[in-house]
Amino acid sequence: MNIQINNLSHFYDDSKVLNDINLEIMDGQILSIIGPSGCGKSTLLRLIGGLEKPSSGEITQIGSPPLDCLNAMTYIFQDFALLPWRTVEENISLVLEDHSLSSEVKRSVIDDVLDRTKLKDFSYALPKQLSGGMKQRVAIARALAVNPAVLLMDEPLSALDSQTRELLLEDFINLWHRKPFTAVYITHNLSEAVRLGHKIIVLSRRPGKIIETINIEKPIVDRKSIDKDLDQYQKYLWDIMHDEARATDAELLNV
Amino acid sequence: MSSKKHNSNSSNNININKPVPFVGKGYQPKTRRWMSYFVFFIIIAILELGTTTGVISSLTMPKPSDVLGTIIELFESGLLFKHLMPSTLRLVVGALIGISLGITIGTLIGLFSYIRSGLVPVIAAIFPIPKIALLPLFVIWFGIGEGSKYALIALGSFTPTVVATYGAVDNVDRTLIRMGQSFGLSWISIVYKIVLPGAMPGILSGLRISLAIAIILLVAAEMLGAEYGIGAYILEAGSLYDLERLFAGVTILSVLGIIVSVLITMIEQKILKWRI
Repeated sequence: MNIQINNLSHFYDDSKVLNDINLEIMDGQILSIIGPSGCGKSTLLRLIGGLEKPSSGEITQIGSPPLDCLNAMTYIFQDFALLPWRTVEENISLVLEDHSLSSEVKRSVIDDVLDRTKLKDFSYALPKQLSGGMKQRVAIARALAVNPAVLLMDEPLSALDSQTRELLLEDFINLWHRKPFTAVYITHNLSEAVRLGHKIIVLSRRPGKIIETINIEKPIVDRKSIDKDLDQYQKYLWDIMHDEARATDAELLNV
Repeated sequence: MSSKKHNSNSSNNININKPVPFVGKGYQPKTRRWMSYFVFFIIIAILELGTTTGVISSLTMPKPSDVLGTIIELFESGLLFKHLMPSTLRLVVGALIGISLGITIGTLIGLFSYIRSGLVPVIAAIFPIPKIALLPLFVIWFGIGEGSKYALIALGSFTPTVVATYGAVDNVDRTLIRMGQSFGLSWISIVYKIVLPGAMPGILSGLRISLAIAIILLVAAEMLGAEYGIGAYILEAGSLYDLERLFAGVTILSVLGIIVSVLITMIEQKILKWRI
């Protein structure tokens, strides 16, 4: 399933947050979106997933999601959004309970995603017992359980320390390699963007507009944490973003 | 001048080694279980000593040992249970009605902005009314029997429960609700699996206040048309200025309050295990 975004603009009251976005999200690919803080990245993601309605323009699903897909557009949140009163297993089961699945099917789905995210030994732990990285793994497992058509990731690694971030990046890459999924990956971290993205989009400061699109041909599994090819992309992106970021930094907040 | 002083200090103190002083003391609440027994013990000991020696006149305060004697007497004559049974029933029935209505209305206020705008001012208007003042009204509405007593206790525990509940629902983490919506959970599921469990800590701490108010109102409820009951017992002793029996009754109410508080703590420990 592809997602097509045409002439999308969005306003909060009178202030424009997104300006004429045109974009296609390709099936089986990861799209990274970067931009200075407050540029409307997260708003764009909420619009794509239908948590908000766009002020103008349209977002179209082209083709239909896979048959066994329970929730086409599925989010992974920055702050994990796990229910603290449910164990790891119950948190995953939460998103299956509203669908009429037999308990065997539910069981096998939960076992499968726990296995894929290496959480087998933690199924009865409560979120408070888990480290940040483990919590985000649970959120990833929960997202995978509904077999999403598109994964919408809103700075999923920003709340984690840099070592954990690297570990989770590797896990993402392995997950994608074993079973390619479609994803939109929002981040302000350039190295994450170039590690994961097939395509990278740079948004300007508010109102967010696409100012650059680059494609990285190098297969995701071959990209390393220290990688000369990626460094060039990263440098190039930073040159574009530098002035935008500085201007954003100097802005007064209108709150 | 300051630079001069600084210079002389650094040259003078160069050979002095001393440990960094610890300044991070206090401001960390801890449970010291024995402390509560100790305080109770001291208060009672002072009263006992004062009344036996005559420093405190027996007209102003009854002797704690006499109060204890009165309670034991009550127990032995079987009157204690005769008073305790109807009171407990009134408390349980009244509080149960008030609390379940309160949680329901509070949740509705928390969920729907129309209900919130309509009911919050009404609740704010009812809350400060001394419910005792309404007892005659309840007697007319529900009769002099148990009905008016249940109604009084129910109304008294209703308002604080509503306020605590909608505050607790407001405080449920919005990102969890967004998460539920993004996974396509039904409205019912979101309310039962996300909103209510998330509001539970706030609701339970509200119950502490509601139940304490219910116990306070027990005495008021038994002002009219009650032959037996702790409240009736206290009021009778009060009108006769029988301080020993008055204090015996008050002590029983205090113990009731402690039991309720312990019960809520036990419930909290059981269903709020997930909290840090």
